[in-house]
Amino acid sequence: MVEAIQIQVNGEQRGCHAGATVGDLLRELAIKTERVAVELNLEILDRKDFDHRSLKPGDRVEILSFIGGGAPVEVQGKGEDSVHAE
Amino acid sequence: MQNDRLIIAGREFTSRLFVGTGKYKDFVETKKAIEASGADVVTVAVRRVNITDRSKENLLDYLDPKKYTILPNTAGCYNVEDALRYSRLARAAGVSDLIKLEVLGDERTLFPDTAGLIEAAKILVKEGFIVLPYTNDDPIVAQKLVDIGCPAVMPLAAPIGSGLGIRNPYNLKIIMEMIKVPIIVDAGVGTASDAALAMELGADAVLMNTAIAGAQDPIAMAEAMKYAVYAGRLAYKAGRIPRKLYATASSPIEGML
Repeated sequence: MVEAIQIQVNGEQRGCHAGATVGDLLRELAIKTERVAVELNLEILDRKDFDHRSLKPGDRVEILSFIGGGAPVEVQGKGEDSVHAE
Repeated sequence: MQNDRLIIAGREFTSRLFVGTGKYKDFVETKKAIEASGADVVTVAVRRVNITDRSKENLLDYLDPKKYTILPNTAGCYNVEDALRYSRLARAAGVSDLIKLEVLGDERTLFPDTAGLIEAAKILVKEGFIVLPYTNDDPIVAQKLVDIGCPAVMPLAAPIGSGLGIRNPYNLKIIMEMIKVPIIVDAGVGTASDAALAMELGADAVLMNTAIAGAQDPIAMAEAMKYAVYAGRLAYKAGRIPRKLYATASSPIEGML
């Protein structure tokens, strides 16, 4: 039995094997490493270090990639009343 | 217009229309609209990967980074710290050093916080980023951004997503005359004539998202914008006639009965 530890991934609690690396986590989540950025406890990791950085209990991992955007998605739907100024 | 290329930080672009990738129905529509727009540069946002539903497809599966210049943005950032963090994440996610820098000041208007923008731009330029700042139609701020080392400046036409068109053509004109780097009018365009007007004023390019994605037929609007930007550029290069209050006959009087 491999010991399990608790970490946080993209804001959610999650278990992983003690000694697992960031690369292991990405493979477990089926996330391709190209075109993602990974932040480990606010430190942005170089892609070539993914397999060398092991995860410790309580680590906070953020995995980000590119999505459709141009206008901020968070505020869509606000202030959409039409303008009658003209 | 054969050799009328837009050059920003040594990169050459054929199209003077830059497009965003937000608010489309799905990736297929995104791809079709971008193809119809003829754009070379497409902006994208940086967000958390959905780890619970891995079936979600990736935008970059639909937009070939070899075909398009991917321009990540810091949309949604309301302070310098966040803008820096997202810029660095965008670079780590790995397409280039290009960043469309947004530091927003307020949720209702999405107007830029220009003090924060200048501060963030300074730091990012030092870190080797190619910073394209989304700014107000303020010529002084635009000049400061150029002095910092931004290779282009992106003043707004109107609030993001508002579709109000060019609200302050005179300020934009002053920016275009004063600023010696490419000016990309960004945000606020509603329809094709707005884009044409921006180009006629002397903009080097126009960036838009909602005007296309939010149209009844986004693909048709994307095509309309392609022609509008092209026509506006042609008209600018051709040199318009001066405005006069009274008529000037086009036909000669001589030879009349």
